[in-house]
Amino acid sequence: MFEYCANPDTLEGVRWVSCYLTTAKHMMFYESFLVVIGLMLITVPCAMAFGFGGALAARSHVAPLRWIGKGYAAMVRGVPDIAFFLFVPLALDQGLEWMRHKVKCPDWDQPIRQGNDFVVCAQAKLPLGSAPQWQHETYGIILAVAAFAFVFGAFAAHVLSGAMNAVPKAQLETAEAYGMSRGQITRRILIPQMWVYALPGLSNLWMVLIKATPLLFLLGVQDIVYWARELGGSKTSAYAYPHPDWRLYYFLALLVFYLGLTKVSEIGLSRLNRRLSRGQATMAGEEQRKATA
Amino acid sequence: MSCVQTLQDYALRSIGIGERLLPRSDFTLCQQFTLIGSGLIWNIYFAVFALALGFFLSTGVALARTAPSPFLRKPAEWFVFVFRGSPLFIQFFLFYEALTLLPKAGIELNLIFVEINMATRWLTRAWAGALIVLFLNTSAYGGEIFYGALRSVPKGDLEAADAYGFSGWKKFRKITWPTMLRLAWPAYTNEAIFLFHATTLVYFSSFPAWQQKGDALYYASYFADKTFNPFIPYPILAFYFMMLTLAIIAGFGLINRRLNRHLPQSSRKGLRPRMMLVR
Repeated sequence: MFEYCANPDTLEGVRWVSCYLTTAKHMMFYESFLVVIGLMLITVPCAMAFGFGGALAARSHVAPLRWIGKGYAAMVRGVPDIAFFLFVPLALDQGLEWMRHKVKCPDWDQPIRQGNDFVVCAQAKLPLGSAPQWQHETYGIILAVAAFAFVFGAFAAHVLSGAMNAVPKAQLETAEAYGMSRGQITRRILIPQMWVYALPGLSNLWMVLIKATPLLFLLGVQDIVYWARELGGSKTSAYAYPHPDWRLYYFLALLVFYLGLTKVSEIGLSRLNRRLSRGQATMAGEEQRKATA
Repeated sequence: MSCVQTLQDYALRSIGIGERLLPRSDFTLCQQFTLIGSGLIWNIYFAVFALALGFFLSTGVALARTAPSPFLRKPAEWFVFVFRGSPLFIQFFLFYEALTLLPKAGIELNLIFVEINMATRWLTRAWAGALIVLFLNTSAYGGEIFYGALRSVPKGDLEAADAYGFSGWKKFRKITWPTMLRLAWPAYTNEAIFLFHATTLVYFSSFPAWQQKGDALYYASYFADKTFNPFIPYPILAFYFMMLTLAIIAGFGLINRRLNRHLPQSSRKGLRPRMMLVR
């Protein structure tokens, strides 16, 4: 990065540190922070979509759909989330490949599971064996996001269905009296009104999501945990910047990063909460009114 | 190999009793059930000890947070902030690295009369190191729950205690503490469930599963890796955890009934297994 970094062996003190912290690998480490935040931002809409699906299914008048909606939330609640993080990507990958296999190679006569192997024809592989490296990495990240969306979708479904139940019944009955259909009631009355009730749960969910992001490491994503282990491990003199085992310091840095992230989120969410409860007929809204009056 | 034989070989495999080698091929359903169930011993061990010890520290943290003296309050606030604000996964890594940096030979403790050589190797093992992390973690979460409950103890209860001449330890023991527990119990049940689930992280962070003695998820992922079929081991794991989660809810429900036994029948609320997101 700096010109004087050309020969690391001669460096001392501050210059050594400044060169060490700007090596190409460290740049990838800093990038991975953005990757983690980016993945979180991608996961949120996906999880909300799952959550909406689950919450609406749990309210459905069709019994099997209702069971699915309720069972989904209950299942994710009863089983450790990390089990899902390990299960969903693998299961999804095999499911997709199996479906492609059925479509693309109908005249394949061998069983898919041969002993301890899962074999599909070459055209059904996802991504194709000949695909470039970045496609494999992107596919891995998509599977990871799907796993996160599945788990957090269940939590969101619970929060949203609670919020939907909290919307005053009279509102819905009035809409019905005006001759709205069920779909119209949901779109025009139920969903706009439930956000205030959903916000505390959703902000809590955001915090849980932040704290679940290091688990991306287990899914093979090159995230901050991966780089902290990689960079912090002791480097012999064969490396340009030899140092003893510094993983403790790298993990301390991660700890500080997460503390900062949760603190900033907490402040932001409490602002949002204040903004949303302005003018509401709730205790928080009333307190704001009194404070200004 | 019959299922009884498998049970004899692997039922206690996770604590090192029985067959040394894990099955390598031709996995039967019985083997998967037995080994994953055997790993559950560790999950229960971590959860029970972390909760039992953490309960007391939680109470202490909650009390310290309400203390008027900043020397008590500030450390408690920071403790809760650090452990609740950062991921448990990172805490595991951090503690493991810190514990491995301790001198291998042990620490010489020079007390005035005797010199003690304190060994430190055992701290890097999962059974001790991970337990410490889980204990501190659940204490922070529990402390926050108890703090919230402590602040919502009804004023009238405390005034009545004063009127009866209760003070100090006796007031705390007889009035404040039971009421705090009663109010906190639904949330604390939830914390217990989440802690139990969090125990599966131990062998996936840096703590090594020495001699392949791991927890339930360790064995489940072992089978999933070997057979490349996630659809059998993970549902078995899910089944076990569902059962134990229900057991936790039932057990905490009994305690809840005892805590609320003085209330009139109509105002007693059962402990409904509600999903609250405290973690």
